[in-house]
Amino acid sequence: MSDIAERVKKIVVEHLGVDAEKVTENASFIDDLGADSLDTVELVMAFEEEFGCEIPDDAAETILTVGDATKFLEKNAAQA
Amino acid sequence: MRRVVVTGLGLVTPLGSGVETVWRRLIAGESGLKAIDQFQVDDLPARVAGVIPRGDGSDGTFNADDWMEPKEQRKVDDFIVFAMAAATQALEDSGWKPETEDEKYATGVLIGSGIGGLQGIEEAAHVLRDKGPRRLSPFFIPGRLINLASGQVSIRHGLKGPNHAVVTACSTGAHAIGDAARLIAFGDADVMVAGGTESPVCRIAVAGFAACKALSTGFNDEPTRASRPYDRDRDGFVMGEGAGIVVLEEREHAIARGAKIYGEVIGYGLSGDAFHITAPAMDGDGAYRCMSAALKRAGVSASEIDYINAHGTSTPLGDEIELGAVTRLVGNAAGKITMSSTKSAIGHLLGAAGSVEAIFSLLAIRDQVAPPTLNLDNPSVETPIDLVPRAAKPMPIEIALSNSFGFGGTNASLVFRRHHA
Repeated sequence: MSDIAERVKKIVVEHLGVDAEKVTENASFIDDLGADSLDTVELVMAFEEEFGCEIPDDAAETILTVGDATKFLEKNAAQA
Repeated sequence: MRRVVVTGLGLVTPLGSGVETVWRRLIAGESGLKAIDQFQVDDLPARVAGVIPRGDGSDGTFNADDWMEPKEQRKVDDFIVFAMAAATQALEDSGWKPETEDEKYATGVLIGSGIGGLQGIEEAAHVLRDKGPRRLSPFFIPGRLINLASGQVSIRHGLKGPNHAVVTACSTGAHAIGDAARLIAFGDADVMVAGGTESPVCRIAVAGFAACKALSTGFNDEPTRASRPYDRDRDGFVMGEGAGIVVLEEREHAIARGAKIYGEVIGYGLSGDAFHITAPAMDGDGAYRCMSAALKRAGVSASEIDYINAHGTSTPLGDEIELGAVTRLVGNAAGKITMSSTKSAIGHLLGAAGSVEAIFSLLAIRDQVAPPTLNLDNPSVETPIDLVPRAAKPMPIEIALSNSFGFGGTNASLVFRRHHA
């Protein structure tokens, strides 16, 4: 697992209060990890803070799974 | 009108978490006041507060994780966590667990707070200034709104009846119970979870109340002596945190399911001072009128009151004004009235004060004992009313009255009667 994937996983575990083993690449924040729409807004903010990048709203709407987040950040993170 | 009884109690206060722990310590004359050490106070004139004893949940300590998941706690201010704890305690105590949709529709929530999430508002203001609006949490607003205590409790317990909240400063808890009882009396609900909650032990709130010159400043080195209602050396109130929540129930509903009944809500009165934003009216007429209204509703005379849980905040002006109003109310019966201020032990819980003290009044009825007024060493006035100095007083209590008065000149009185099956 890449460094970015590890950091994404850590943020998801902390913010959603879920077991680390549930945070797989294909896990959906809402369907599999119990997040609601506000949780996903906060998650995106946490990613921005951690990786020093801005995630525009239209991009944020496409980040539905753990893998989506990792892929986006591998392309866009300033501090990867 | 339908009659309303109290079937469940929940408390989180500076004397602990859980009704029996808090009550045992209160009657034993213990104090929940301490020097504030959780934030900077060296530049504040008031450095004492009633602080909930945190711990692992054993021995009456408060463990927030017992009442709300850590990831949920992170999204809300403490006043909501305290409300969740006290409401869950009260529901468990009552044994009422709505299962059918009709039962859920008939069960509502009315929990208020004087101020709500001041701490979180302060922190969010710093984020906005230092990092900009994109860093503001989506949970900032729903974690601070006062009615979200009622909202969170309803979501947790599936209560789909009236969902309401009161905001009347230090009268909040009393108004919440009184208004909720009326919703039951009018048939809007059969059961209401009602009370007040407050989390004001934070730097911005202490600084704000100190600026109003309302807080005690002369006992920073002797915290347990700082709240001293009616005593000549009193110099202001001591802020406290916590929640007091009751389960109110239509009387026949409670009897039909064999519920334990702490007492009946027989009277509720309200009035306004129309005088000053923070100071009580010197003539005490607002206090007198709300007590009178509550007695009229109850259909009992002033001489029938056994115990009064006073508002008694330990401010130089307020205590004597209330005492004057009570004296005017009871007239020649003053010699048989017992009145104490439990703020001497836990401080002033602001929006939670009225409901916490309503619970103390109900427990006084249950155990036939009046809790003490701590630190009442030298009364500032002579009165035939027994102010229960320093030690609890076992006595027959059939009827108890609880007073609450708030900033803005908002007054509320509740009257409870012992229940006889």
